[in-house]
Amino acid sequence: MYVYMGHMKFKHTQPYENWFWKKNEITLKKGYVEQIDTTKKTLLFSDGENLKFDKLILATGSKPNKFGWPGQDLKGVVSLYHKQDLEAVETYAPNNTVCKRAVIVGGGLIGIELAEMFHSRHIPVTFLVREDSYWSSILPSGESKMITNEIRKNGIDLRLESNLKQLNSDANGKVKSIVIAETGEEIDCNVVGLTAGVSPNIGFLEHSELETNRGILVDRNLETNIKGIYAIGDCAEQRIAVEGRRPIEAVWYTGRIMGETVAQTICKKETLYTPGHWFNSAKFFDIEYQTYGWVNSERHRKPNEAHFHWMHPDQTKCLTIAFDKTTQSFLGINTFGIRMRHEIFNRWLDQNKSIDFVLEHLENAHFDPEFNKTHYKEILGKFNAEHHKNLQLKKKNWSQIFSLKS
Amino acid sequence: MKTIRTLGLGLILAVFALFISLLFVGQYKLTNQAFEDFITQKNIESPVFRDALKNSVFDQEFSTPFYLANSIAKAVESANETHKKNKEWSMVIWEKPHSLAYQMVKSSGTGFVVQNKIMLWFLTFGLAILGALLFMLPAIKLKGPPGIKNNHIFHSSATNRGWIAWFVFAFLISFYLVLYFRPSYMINWIYLVDPISESLSGNPASQWFLYGFLYCVIMSVMAVRMYIKYRRNKYQVLRTTSVLFFQIVFAFLIPEILVRFEKPWYDFKNAFPLDYDFFFRWNLNELLENGGFGLFILVWGVVLTLVIVPVMVYFFGKRWYCSWVCGCGGLAETLGDPYRQLSSKSLFSWKVERWLVHGVLVFALLMTGLTLYGYFSEAYEVFGIKVQSIQDLYGFLIGSIFAGVIGTGFYPIFGNRVWCRFGCPLAAYMGVIQRFKSRFRITTNGGQCISCGNCSTYCEQGIDVRAYAQKGENIVRASCVGCGICSAVCPRGVLKLENGPEEGRIGSSDVLLGNAMNLMDQLQDK
Repeated sequence: MYVYMGHMKFKHTQPYENWFWKKNEITLKKGYVEQIDTTKKTLLFSDGENLKFDKLILATGSKPNKFGWPGQDLKGVVSLYHKQDLEAVETYAPNNTVCKRAVIVGGGLIGIELAEMFHSRHIPVTFLVREDSYWSSILPSGESKMITNEIRKNGIDLRLESNLKQLNSDANGKVKSIVIAETGEEIDCNVVGLTAGVSPNIGFLEHSELETNRGILVDRNLETNIKGIYAIGDCAEQRIAVEGRRPIEAVWYTGRIMGETVAQTICKKETLYTPGHWFNSAKFFDIEYQTYGWVNSERHRKPNEAHFHWMHPDQTKCLTIAFDKTTQSFLGINTFGIRMRHEIFNRWLDQNKSIDFVLEHLENAHFDPEFNKTHYKEILGKFNAEHHKNLQLKKKNWSQIFSLKS
Repeated sequence: MKTIRTLGLGLILAVFALFISLLFVGQYKLTNQAFEDFITQKNIESPVFRDALKNSVFDQEFSTPFYLANSIAKAVESANETHKKNKEWSMVIWEKPHSLAYQMVKSSGTGFVVQNKIMLWFLTFGLAILGALLFMLPAIKLKGPPGIKNNHIFHSSATNRGWIAWFVFAFLISFYLVLYFRPSYMINWIYLVDPISESLSGNPASQWFLYGFLYCVIMSVMAVRMYIKYRRNKYQVLRTTSVLFFQIVFAFLIPEILVRFEKPWYDFKNAFPLDYDFFFRWNLNELLENGGFGLFILVWGVVLTLVIVPVMVYFFGKRWYCSWVCGCGGLAETLGDPYRQLSSKSLFSWKVERWLVHGVLVFALLMTGLTLYGYFSEAYEVFGIKVQSIQDLYGFLIGSIFAGVIGTGFYPIFGNRVWCRFGCPLAAYMGVIQRFKSRFRITTNGGQCISCGNCSTYCEQGIDVRAYAQKGENIVRASCVGCGICSAVCPRGVLKLENGPEEGRIGSSDVLLGNAMNLMDQLQDK
């Protein structure tokens, strides 16, 4: 994303300099694995080479969902998951004369990134979203509406409750238009971005001994049915889901945690995959989003889950806190345009704090840059008015913030 | 909006052409009378000097300053050669040839430029400011809602070491070389700011006045760009205002006004060892001759370096100086902001940086030690080393070439903090304190880092911020100037500059937040 937008060069996205691997005795091998021979513990590459292994960690990631749309494999149909995708986007959409319009199908986090990318090169974008408001399967409605507005404010042609019917080809096998299922409208375009979710990238395992379902099935120590072979990240599927989480989690940091876990295991310290409290973050054009704990959308809301919602008058900042109706305990928080301290919320979730405690101590969780205006007084005021309470905002306290560090 | 932008750019280019062409026009005539007045005032007794200029230069009119300046400088050199050979020490002209030439040329200019200083000021400075504003202001609308837009920085030839960058590089290098070593070549530019100088200090402008004035103008104009780009980030807005204030008031206005009241020219915020000639004999003498006020400056200068600087670094990190007060930092954070992504993040650069910046600090301290020893023992040579030649060497290598020519000239190639990162002895001094004894750190927000690389890319000091952030470690580095851009460009709210308790400032957790893996169990298993 940032490379296409000109914020960075490809080398800036690499976390280590190129000498790093050799220095640390890591050999990088480039190639496509076609098959895994689990009995001989050998990888077979597409160029005919072999590689023997003692332990194998599969981290093959995911691939974009395609739902059998006619024309879904035409030239000019792109996604955004790896470097080859980036190169394809650069080829098909270098500027707004080659690409006069781009259509994006699927209103999730990748879809909006792709929209922002095309927007940066002044390419008109039509964005098809299945739901009645952007990401409304995940976000509560107030937040979903705010992001919906943010998308429109940036000049994106957002089509809600719109599904893709088919993609039409020109004479050269390149996409030239798409048709919307609900209205039958045909939209001319030169590039189509498919971002309707992902599924594990495990096609090459079809004839292997490895047990798979939607992903590669693993135990809590991330080992597959074959000893010495592990799977981590987007391609792994927990046989029994970790509490409060889905069996397949295509989130960047769970991949990292699984990596840390499996590293312990193969270094002979058998360790179970134990992700802590749920958290996540994203950025929607200019609006940053963070979440800690669980705040569910209306569709997935638990019977006991109540929400407190505050929105800044200029509609660029808002916050939603989920709490238990009966016990009043804090369940989770979504913030937009306000940064929060991960460590504090992790601790409050551990300690099962009440929503009153959380609201009174929000200054301790504040993570915006220094001097930025805070809104906790207004937030507390709104909560007090709605719940007939008289909570008072506590001052920031360093020793409370760092109490777990020592 | 786009038309306004294009108009602004056109205006800037036209003014630039006019500004450059000004260098090559004018009328310069050194009359016999003016020459005699000048040498009497300067106590120059060399007849060889006069003879060398008499036939070739006196009373002749030149249309550029170059020939006249070079002739005078050459005459000084040849006169000195003769006198030194004949051991006629009283005849030797001790002033630097091109410095003397500059002063003579300055008083010998006549004609259009000299007679139309104010009008030409408006046509150059005035229109350039207008053009720059026309070019920048439309960004408020064109770049969409507030929020940092770094789009196309690496697609643009100006900010990705393309031909525009190399052109700017060549221009800046030439500018600094002329400024330091051939000031008479830019005599017409200096005339333009005479009226302003006279209204402030009562004296006509020198090349340093021109430089100071340009510095303030460029910083002010580029600060407008900062205000637009970072308008959603209060820290950036306040910091920009602060450096601008200290440059205009402390580095420019106060020193000039002091001169008007016959006090020594002094920049109260310029701390030793960045202010490397503070303890030079001539400066100490000037201060001591100035009674109570001079003494006050002397005490202030010592207290600033020994007390105020370390105490402030303890509480706020070196950012209080580098990103809020310093003039070099001020230019780097305004004119230099478009180039911040060009600083090298390689481990190799870090190694070079540590040797170089601490090397300069040691050099500055040794030189000052020798200077003070020489001052108090009233010797001009210490351990067989001429104090003057060490000072000259430092002034030339570090003061002019490193801080000026390389420090600013290399903005478009190596990023905007070349001097601050590799050369500034004050930054090195504060860095040591910041690393070992300070409340400042950049806190990493638990497990939120996605390793995107924006923070490292936009770090002007070449710190690989991401390397810390993705491990959940706080960033505590000697070189961090606390500009706050890593935090500003982070898309996930991972970084926060803050001053807090020292305890646990550097510590890193073995397992990133978000992972509930119990390491204590594992430790016990061992």
